[in-house]
Amino acid sequence: MESDRVIVVPRCLLRIINKKMFELIVFYIFAALLLTSAVMVITMRNPVHAALSLILAFFSSAAIWLLLEAEFLAIVLVLVYVGAVMVLFLFVIMMLDINLAKIREGFIRFLPVGFLVALVMVIVMGSIVGSGIIEPLLEERVYYGPGFSNTQHLGQTLYTDYLYPFEIAGAILLVAIIAAISLTMRARRDTKAQDPNRQVAVKRSDRVRLVSMKTEDR
Amino acid sequence: MLIELQMILPEIVLMSMACALLVFDAFIPSERRHLTYLLAQLALLVTAVLVVASFPQITEYAFNRTFVDDPMSGAVKAFILVITLFIFFYSHDYLKEHGILKGEYFVLGLFAVLGMMIMASAGSLLTIYLGLELLSLCLYAMVAMHRDSPPASEAAMKYFVLGALASGLLLYGISIIYGISGTLDLQEINNYILYNSERLPMLVYGLVFIIVAIAFKLGAVPFHMWIPDVYQGAPTSVTLFISSAPKIAAFAMTIRFVNDAFMHLTPEWQGILIILSILSMAMGNIIAIAQSNIKRMLAYSTIAHIGFLLLGIISSQSVSATGVTGFADALFYVVTYALMSIGAFGFVILMGRKGHEADELDDYKGLADKNPWFALIMLIFMFSLAGVPPFVGFWAKWFVLKEIVATGLAPLAVIAVVFSIIGAYYYLRVVKLMYFDKPVSMTAIKATQTMRAVISLNGLAILLLGVSPGLLMTFCIEVMKL
Repeated sequence: MESDRVIVVPRCLLRIINKKMFELIVFYIFAALLLTSAVMVITMRNPVHAALSLILAFFSSAAIWLLLEAEFLAIVLVLVYVGAVMVLFLFVIMMLDINLAKIREGFIRFLPVGFLVALVMVIVMGSIVGSGIIEPLLEERVYYGPGFSNTQHLGQTLYTDYLYPFEIAGAILLVAIIAAISLTMRARRDTKAQDPNRQVAVKRSDRVRLVSMKTEDR
Repeated sequence: MLIELQMILPEIVLMSMACALLVFDAFIPSERRHLTYLLAQLALLVTAVLVVASFPQITEYAFNRTFVDDPMSGAVKAFILVITLFIFFYSHDYLKEHGILKGEYFVLGLFAVLGMMIMASAGSLLTIYLGLELLSLCLYAMVAMHRDSPPASEAAMKYFVLGALASGLLLYGISIIYGISGTLDLQEINNYILYNSERLPMLVYGLVFIIVAIAFKLGAVPFHMWIPDVYQGAPTSVTLFISSAPKIAAFAMTIRFVNDAFMHLTPEWQGILIILSILSMAMGNIIAIAQSNIKRMLAYSTIAHIGFLLLGIISSQSVSATGVTGFADALFYVVTYALMSIGAFGFVILMGRKGHEADELDDYKGLADKNPWFALIMLIFMFSLAGVPPFVGFWAKWFVLKEIVATGLAPLAVIAVVFSIIGAYYYLRVVKLMYFDKPVSMTAIKATQTMRAVISLNGLAILLLGVSPGLLMTFCIEVMKL
């Protein structure tokens, strides 16, 4: 009844409320999806299913990032993690012969201890986070609008404010490459690699052995 | 920009030389691998000269305050570089003797040093984390480098998993602190805490995770589980590395956290550190008694020494509230500990030979009959680690105890003394084995002349610093002045 009267002022207000409501709904859907898939990663019996749940978790967090107008990060998360890292992950899982029974051997035995530790942690953490002290931290969100480029903004801060950490990250990646290569590459003696030097220098006597045999009698 | 680049010149030079070395190493034949080693030493030397030449007198910031240049960072970097010079020296002999000499060892070592230098002069939470990761990644790879040895692989796996867990905890703590204060800058966090004390519980919540991660990296009880296995399983040259220079870097990281960022949370972290310290001293010293493997024994001894180091960090803060010393006694402790630790592990390398690691206590029986000079050097290391007066280990303990009493925590000092006395038992047992037992085998020590010279130098340095600790202590007080 009353809403008929109010409509004059706030067409935009109504729209904002709707937008916010809609955003909240989308957020909760993806947050729920994220949590469910994250739980599934550790509860799935089949490691391939666990990896697939992880992919779903990445997708949902990418969606949440999109909601925060961080479209570059969202796309990178999908491209890099879902596209490259998880594919490798699946490869490794499928190539390894994982004995599930052996992995789950100590599960029941350690369950009470693990459960107790988890319970204590949840109570302690919950008492702090739930004590309301976190409340005033939540500030009004700033909306950047359609003209804002997350990619440009990110690039600008990355190469100015965070130049030094960015360079260190480069050094870390280099170290990762060095470590991976030096740990996996070994000169194997049983490889069939060809050595052109030796191929050229080969002599007849190395390859052909002439044997004089007596002719066999019929 | 130019001035900023000038400030990180040592880091830039070290990184460039490490990269150049990496390429160089790929092109030289394996029988000339010692060239890689020599160039790595040169890189360290050049960097050390640069650090000393541009020794900062005041605190300066660069790169949007992600980089700090202050006297402490200068001193810590110089100490790390000098200690690493020794480490590379011992490592080269070990790796050559055991036939696992690879250029990557030195390249990764240089990158680890770079990580430590970044940690020492970190101005933001992000820089600390990245420096730590750079260091840790190098160390994991170095532990695993001896691929044909199952214990080394096992050690690397344990180190990697627990290290990753610690990094995760650190990141969680950092994210909480960032979430509350909205900044990564250590100084700004400090100011934030000062003016927003009503958010204390949430800040402490983040602080706890950061302290846990620090304890993991230092190896304080109850986060010490990786230390004995990694120390024993890793090649001795890597154990030597892990047990010395990274401890100095971890000390610097701790100071960056507790002093630069969380100075106004002193009572909170002090309480946590007191518990960690007492537990470390108790567990380390008591469990070490039961060990028959010298590397494992020294691992537990590290844990005990970390307890003492934490004591130094606890004590100085209260004094520096009035602006007196800062963490000078802790810096003195960690530097002298690193010197003793490379000596002790270097000695294990000296005793070993191809196919034989000399890491059982029985290998040291009757050493005095075989080689009185080296028995004397080992005696110096053991006495110094135990804290017997004429050596520097005594003074390190003495300064820490003095500070802790001055802080008004006398009971803590009593506990520390009691556990030090318990700890003296297993150090003196090594001395007893060397001097009063019959040798098991009469194999002579097989080591190069230079190795003998350097380890003697290491022993004499400990003796010399013990005779006149004043100079180093004055220097520590000078650089730690806040």
